[in-house]
Amino acid sequence: MTAQPQPNSFRTGPDERGRFGIFGGRFVAETLMPLILELEAEYETAKKDPAFHAEMESYRTHYIGRPSPLYFAERLTEHLGGAKVYLKREELNHTGSHKVNNVLGQILLARRMGKKRVIAETGAGQHGVATATLCARFGLECVVFMGAVDVARQAPNVFRMKMLGATVVPVQSGAKTLKDAMNEALRDWVTNVADTFYCIGTVAGPHPYPAMVRDFQSIIGIETRAQMQEMEGRLPDSLIACVGGGSNAIGLFHPFLDESDVAIYGVEAAGFGLSGLNAASIAGGAPGVLHGNRTYLLMDKDGQIEEGHSISAGLDYPGIGPEHAWLNDIGRVKYLSATDDEAVSAFQLLSKLEGIIPALESAHAIAKVVELAPGLPKDHLMVVNLSGRGDKDVPQIAERLGTSL
Amino acid sequence: MKHRIDARFALAARENRAALVTFVTAGDPDHETSLEIVRALPGAGADVIELGMPFTDPMADGPAIQAAGLRALAAGETLVKTLDLVRAFRERDQDTPIVLMGYYNPIYVHGVERFLYEAKEAGADGMIVVDLPPEEDEELCLPALQSGLAFIRLATPTTDDKRLPAVLKNTAGFVYYVSVAGTTGAATPDFNVVGGAVDRLKRHTDLPVAVGFGVKTPEHAAAIAAYADGVVVGSAIVDAVAKSLDADGRATNKTVSAVTALVSALAAGVRRGRAAA
Ligand SMILES: Cc1ncc(COP(=O)(O)O)c(C=O)c1O
Repeated sequence: MTAQPQPNSFRTGPDERGRFGIFGGRFVAETLMPLILELEAEYETAKKDPAFHAEMESYRTHYIGRPSPLYFAERLTEHLGGAKVYLKREELNHTGSHKVNNVLGQILLARRMGKKRVIAETGAGQHGVATATLCARFGLECVVFMGAVDVARQAPNVFRMKMLGATVVPVQSGAKTLKDAMNEALRDWVTNVADTFYCIGTVAGPHPYPAMVRDFQSIIGIETRAQMQEMEGRLPDSLIACVGGGSNAIGLFHPFLDESDVAIYGVEAAGFGLSGLNAASIAGGAPGVLHGNRTYLLMDKDGQIEEGHSISAGLDYPGIGPEHAWLNDIGRVKYLSATDDEAVSAFQLLSKLEGIIPALESAHAIAKVVELAPGLPKDHLMVVNLSGRGDKDVPQIAERLGTSL
Repeated sequence: MKHRIDARFALAARENRAALVTFVTAGDPDHETSLEIVRALPGAGADVIELGMPFTDPMADGPAIQAAGLRALAAGETLVKTLDLVRAFRERDQDTPIVLMGYYNPIYVHGVERFLYEAKEAGADGMIVVDLPPEEDEELCLPALQSGLAFIRLATPTTDDKRLPAVLKNTAGFVYYVSVAGTTGAATPDFNVVGGAVDRLKRHTDLPVAVGFGVKTPEHAAAIAAYADGVVVGSAIVDAVAKSLDADGRATNKTVSAVTALVSALAAGVRRGRAAA
């Protein structure tokens, strides 16, 4: 669909109805609508308040440990023999992933709104851990919904959340993964509207979440721009990131969307392969409406949502953030996909070559670096978002490689 | 032709009682049994039939209606079959209004124009689509009203006076007041508080106001019928279906009668409501 007229800027969305082209919107029950409007108003006010930004800046520096380094992956680059590969080290953030960037923003907002109880959905558990962490820091009650399948495959994170004082609710409905955790979180929110703040973990959900979460994550791309200027004296030539809902990806991409010389790639989870069970909603889905927004969804011809599959709990979601759906349709970002097997190989490769164990989610992006970099010239600057660290995945990888811990 | 929904609420008003609005999920526990259930509802005292269109991700529903939807989907129910069910019901009943209730995605994927045309032609009277607030009226609400189908809106405890006019603007048939903030099958509300909320709604609209969520017994129905124009019961009926099934989740010879027995008792409760007041 690249024949569509191109906008003057790719960075102005969403419109006042929360739309990115046809995608996005506010498809929620009436009970939630007044809250969503209140949240939007509160966020608009906070955005204009220097005190909000100052507070966020201070916690970013002293609590999260930002800026995260932009690191030249010398041995990976040598091994691949092409593009110069840089890693944006989001895995070094406090709690081990990019998720905390967004949670910090939302929790500061929840405090401004006087909310005492925070709920979240989580897949890999990284968003749950980040939410539990900031709730501990600010003395807020925290309830995390997690599919029962994910509770089993991300056991280390479940224990971390409990240590941090959160209640983890294993969700037994549907496929018992991220989608079902989000349904259950929405049900809780509808029931406890008065005192509860719903801290969504990715650029999905009803407006204003996709825009708000993107804004909080954009620090990734803003830092990358400045760091690359300093290290190489110019902008990167390409950016690449894994896409579950798409928050780490949009955080890296957004500040570069209007730089037409920067090629941008999102990587979906192809699971067993695009012809088998997968979680690649752009590659294998169609526009539909779920969890408050219109976007690409994996579903059958009757509009029933299909259960995706990915080895990575954080990418195992049948949708994608609405802004990504739009960026795909207008052709600004190219969406690729990586299978379970490719991700596991990339996981091992990065561990051995760079001494960095990536999250299985991030390993999907590394897998495409392995594919793309060799064909590119040596002066091509490629930035991959290392969205999280892989400690949480070690038991799962061990099992897959036939080792019992 | 006057709308079947308007006619039915007018009839109940003439009889000085509230209307009984019953919810069942289409295709639960299987398509044939569900048609039998729907056909038996008016005889048992149901005034309006809300027919749930099953969806994999019913975000606003509690465990009972979630389970009913999954039973129906497992038994092969689709949107097309649900419209067939309406058509089959309408062959024998020209008067009982049917309101389709569900989520937007199956309708959107089917095609809005096509859905409205087929629903109307099958004999449906209106729809309740949970995840379409007034902010998204252009999607389905306005086209539905144009095609002569009622788009029935939910008003909730969080809908304040400022928002109420927008919620009541493009609507027809009746207003569905959700008695508690929560999912279907939620805790039973404080009926006195609900009475105040219904009065508030009635100051803003001439449409009948039906109250649902947490109404489980004939006593609850009677309490609400004292002041509301309609009483909606869903989870309790769907639970009656669930309890009548065999160990493998299949219908038994008690399934239809389990539903009609409960609906008869609810209908009696609704009729007691005003007499007591
Ligand atoms: C490390 C990591 N990367 C990526 C993701 C995927 O989320 P998103 O696409 O929103 O960045 C997750 C989600 O759990 C994650 O934990």
